Amino acid sequence: MVAALITGLLAGCGNGATSSSGSAGDSTASTGDKVIKIATQSPLSGGSSIQGEAIKLGAQMSMEDHKEEFTKLGYSLELVPYDDQGDPKKGVANAELIGADQQVLGVIGHLNSGVSIPSSVVYEKYNIPMISPASTATELTDRKLKVVNRVVARDDFQGPAAAEYAVKTVGAKNIFIIQDKTAYGQGLAEAFRDAAQAQGATISGYEGITVGEKDFNGVLNIAATQKPDFIFFGGLYAEAGLLIKQARDKGIMAPIMGGDALDSSGLVDIAGTDVKGALYSSVAGDISKLPDGQEWTARYKEAFGKNPEGYSVYAYDSMTVMLDAIKTAMGSGTEAPARDAVRDAVRATKDFEGVATKVSFDDIGDNAYAKVFIYKFADATYPGSLEAEIAQPAK
Amino acid sequence: MFSSILQTLPQVLIDGLALGAIYAVVALGYTMVYGILELINFAHGEIFMTGAFVETAVLFIFQGAGWLTDMPAWLSYVLIILIAMLVTGALGVGIERVAYRPLRKAPKLILLISAFGVSFVLQDVIRFIAELKTGNYIISTPQLFDQRYQLPLSSISSWFTDASVKANTLFIFAIAIVLMIGLDIFVNRTKWGGAMRAVAQDRETASLMSINVNKVIVLTFFIGSALGGSTGVLFAQQYGTIDPYIGFILGLKAFTAAVLGGIGNIRGAMFGGIVLGVLEMFASSNLGILTGGNFGAEYKDVFAFMILIIVLIFKPEGIFGKAIKEKV
Repeated sequence: MVAALITGLLAGCGNGATSSSGSAGDSTASTGDKVIKIATQSPLSGGSSIQGEAIKLGAQMSMEDHKEEFTKLGYSLELVPYDDQGDPKKGVANAELIGADQQVLGVIGHLNSGVSIPSSVVYEKYNIPMISPASTATELTDRKLKVVNRVVARDDFQGPAAAEYAVKTVGAKNIFIIQDKTAYGQGLAEAFRDAAQAQGATISGYEGITVGEKDFNGVLNIAATQKPDFIFFGGLYAEAGLLIKQARDKGIMAPIMGGDALDSSGLVDIAGTDVKGALYSSVAGDISKLPDGQEWTARYKEAFGKNPEGYSVYAYDSMTVMLDAIKTAMGSGTEAPARDAVRDAVRATKDFEGVATKVSFDDIGDNAYAKVFIYKFADATYPGSLEAEIAQPAK
Repeated sequence: MFSSILQTLPQVLIDGLALGAIYAVVALGYTMVYGILELINFAHGEIFMTGAFVETAVLFIFQGAGWLTDMPAWLSYVLIILIAMLVTGALGVGIERVAYRPLRKAPKLILLISAFGVSFVLQDVIRFIAELKTGNYIISTPQLFDQRYQLPLSSISSWFTDASVKANTLFIFAIAIVLMIGLDIFVNRTKWGGAMRAVAQDRETASLMSINVNKVIVLTFFIGSALGGSTGVLFAQQYGTIDPYIGFILGLKAFTAAVLGGIGNIRGAMFGGIVLGVLEMFASSNLGILTGGNFGAEYKDVFAFMILIIVLIFKPEGIFGKAIKEKV
């Protein structure tokens, strides 16, 4: 049986190799089409797979919308989805693979800042531009890498925006903060803490939890003694859902707010009806409130048979920006543009009108038009309803 | 400082005992198998996890058939626990037959590796099935009891603040106590329990005394795994969310509890589990206060395991373990 398996595998490999080289050969021979590949990197498995897949599908949709245009230019577009598993090691390993494939001209991703940061070093080495539709950590762009861009707001703005909402709109005075010790969670929680303190609120506790655990009663016991009127959580939806539920079990009724990682239907699945009243800040806007949003959502549903998640449309815009830059870099030539030309063209993007957001990259790759949106779960259904929209102060 | 620790103490005890009861029952499975085979059955954490998934599956089936509304909640709870115990017990026996029995004469290290292998296989099989059925492997399970009770402790003494307890927490205590007393009676008072103790003491002599050693080992695996599976049900009901990786860290802690109590000793495992649960909860609630905010709740495991190391330095055989002389 083992022998049969091995021959099967070998045969499989052989077929795969011949067919792919065959088709590539065919296409160059018959139509003169050259291939431009764009990779996506997002967690397609693991705790954030819902959002990770949304990024892949959003990018895929934009690519399909532009396929025809590129065919006219003599190129066929190809999406290469990679699964980074939300794991920095896996992200970097994939990045090396992407770098080695000369036909890849850009990357859409990642979801997690913790993965984007080490992977972007590899992209820098290979001059592959990346546009992240979701990574918000400040360090990502603060290292001033030439390849790194993002369409969403930075954490050091998301935190303050959430703090502004908590203190000014909700009127929170005694805030308890919980974070999950990851680059994302801690960064967000610290930014929130500093801004909330600056606005005059008291921080009565700043505690950490461990990702993957299910029992947060200990931390919540501390919170209960402080009697906070507001709880902020820097972390991911799986832990947030449990925290919300266990807090309500303990009779802690203060509003609980989190960052953009809570922007997921998974939160509602986990927290159930207790999710009512929970708040999250998000770098993603409410798609249905956008001018082209309804129509876009309908097309997404038709193509993939599911509702878009918050990041889907940002991945869509990221891909459109990327393809736009490739076209610019190509100019009137017929050769596929060099990677560094695409890289500079992406960075030079100004006043691009996307479906979700306008895009203008500044000198370190942050989007000047990025906004932070505050949502609230009025019912136990995803997504929450848009409460407030906070624009970034001009630099 | 002291008063704020005292204030939360009732709530910490309630949460800690619930967690400890779960650790204790899982620890029983480790300790029983170790007692008989001197094997650390690392797949036991995954059996616990499988129990949690069986619970969810059965619950969905009950819901689909509309039985949940016809039956009182406690009855369906008990039914689900029984089903999960049967399934995980059978699973444990199967694992023993496939992965351990052929290796019984091999060095202990080989068995350990086999146990690791089984645990990875179980994780991924469960994950595969869960993703196939629901599209996501983090699964939320419907709650049978969602009542919460407030204990007005502040009216008894201003030292305390009010504590709250979930109906499910009370159920965990009840089930854990029933299981532990049942096991204790079984091992100490019945013929099969006697055979089990005999095999644990000396396998070869026991077989000479006409004890069917294989049957005893199968029985041990069945009971140990069924206990693990039943805790999986309790866990899923308590936290409402399960994934295929919950068995790893919980298994590790339950194993620690078994060592703390003296591995191979059933009462020791119960005690060790409760102690570890309460310590962990105490640490996560009070570390910040005790260290002036330098070390927060995230260091709870460090604290709990430091205590463990200190205990083991002074009493390497565990609190209830007997120092065993080398068998000649």
